[in-house]
Amino acid sequence: MSESTLPGALVTNAENDVMDVLGADVAVPQPQRFKEGVKIVLRFLVVFGIAMVLWELVKFIGGSPWRFSTADGALFNLEWFPPFEWKIASDLNMPHLWDIFGALIQPAQRNGPPLVNVLAQAAVVTMTAALAGFLIGTAVGLFLGTVFAHSALLERSLVPYVVASQTIPILAIAPMVVVWLRAGWWSVALLAAYLCFFPVTINTLRGLRSPDPRAIELMNSYAASTWATLWKVRYPSALPYIFTALKIAATTAVVGAIIGELPSGIREGLGGAIMNFNQYYAITPHKLWAVIIFTAVVGILFFITVTLVERVMTRNMRKLEG
Amino acid sequence: MSVVTIQAVNKIFGKAPNQTVALQDIQLEIEQGEFISLIGPSGCGKSTLLRIIGDLITPTNGTVLVNGKPAEKARLDRDYGIVFQAPVLFDWRSVEKNVQLPLEIMGKSSQERVARANQMLELVELNGFQKHYPYQLSGGMQQRVSIARALSFHPQLLLMDEPFGALDEITRERLNAELLNIWSHTKTTIVFVTHSIPEAVFLSTRVVVMSARPGRITQVIPIDLAQPRGMETREQPRFYELVTQVREALRGSEGIK
Repeated sequence: MSESTLPGALVTNAENDVMDVLGADVAVPQPQRFKEGVKIVLRFLVVFGIAMVLWELVKFIGGSPWRFSTADGALFNLEWFPPFEWKIASDLNMPHLWDIFGALIQPAQRNGPPLVNVLAQAAVVTMTAALAGFLIGTAVGLFLGTVFAHSALLERSLVPYVVASQTIPILAIAPMVVVWLRAGWWSVALLAAYLCFFPVTINTLRGLRSPDPRAIELMNSYAASTWATLWKVRYPSALPYIFTALKIAATTAVVGAIIGELPSGIREGLGGAIMNFNQYYAITPHKLWAVIIFTAVVGILFFITVTLVERVMTRNMRKLEG
Repeated sequence: MSVVTIQAVNKIFGKAPNQTVALQDIQLEIEQGEFISLIGPSGCGKSTLLRIIGDLITPTNGTVLVNGKPAEKARLDRDYGIVFQAPVLFDWRSVEKNVQLPLEIMGKSSQERVARANQMLELVELNGFQKHYPYQLSGGMQQRVSIARALSFHPQLLLMDEPFGALDEITRERLNAELLNIWSHTKTTIVFVTHSIPEAVFLSTRVVVMSARPGRITQVIPIDLAQPRGMETREQPRFYELVTQVREALRGSEGIK
């Protein structure tokens, strides 16, 4: 097998490690896999903790003056004036972490539910559209990739348009979709799908062409149908490529859904929340930061879901002669 | 009856003026139950000839009949099993599932698939490895799985393209002996491509010597070593005589160009 035809040749090192863990699960007993999972979570938390400390450290050295006091300053009144004054570290650009997390538990509007509840609802709205978009985009991508893999003519004549579709900003497409489908859940999902299908198409095409040519000869010698070759050799060989694309598509779908909400005029999702808090950034920047945390969490959730599905589906995949 | 009849086969790659004549005027008859080795310098078209017999590529002109049928018909009738130099196992399938693959495609019942896979793994001495995955096996074991897979549907003709070329000498000699054993059990006709002279002599009933550029058959040497052959066959004087004869034929074939 030449290097370029190995399944997973496109897969980065980090993902190879994941693959190794998967392949090993034939031999590795369950408890060790659990320990592995705990390790991954711990590693994430440590890095997250370091990032938080660094954030505050920057503010400590070059941020706006720190003030801790009771409302009237009677009980205690602590102040710290950082030695430098960096604009990027000001309270406007980098709010204190306690302000950001504090914003989550305070009411979003006077006498309303806390921001975290409002954002959780918004996240559900956005996630539903993103999930629908992801599924549609994946289906379209798999279909196009499969068609292109089997027809050089269609590949040569249509792939340029697929590429061109990705150079058009989604904001230019959005009005058409919104007018066509009416502003709503479906238009958002479709815009997310529009961003998703591209990586899936390209990687599916590449993955379906990845098997060893001799594997295809072997299938020919069994007089296997194109269909049988597709299901028994090409799709399994393409899985590492497809999952790489799905991970890209999963995060893209979330971004696509958020952007799609803007021209659709949907206020209930995270896109609406971003628009809303954008307007008040000068007064309450920490609220926008709270939304940023929420969108990141949604993206990570999507990504993790795809990774878990990949783990299950590529359980026994390992490079030969590796 | 001949299993394979090759008449006036030519194969030209590329278009003028950059043509390569891979095979020129190939004539060959292979009888039922024979073990034929194709040997020659690299570029002599031995693998090309094997692929033509298996209808994986088509000759530029000439006819190839397998069991009296055109090669394509024979392929569609699943008359061939093929083994390549690399095992080409599917790493997401367990050993037994790899062996069962051709049977799945041929629509055999799962009972029959399991039974045949077990039978074949027994034959290649890999019983007990059914649930293993390819990456857990050594190169020699992987190649044995590949042979079991090729034999699983009882093809009448086994085409082998340097199947042991990537293995070390010790493993290779052991697998040679095993292959002869399989051959005598299954009565399968085998066409075997190799560039190892002792391997060709040890295994074959006839050795077909080819020359390069253009690829053609220069000599067909019958191997009259007694059957069944074993490790001691390699130590017989007759074995050395035949090895020398093949070697000289190969040298002679190089002289032609």
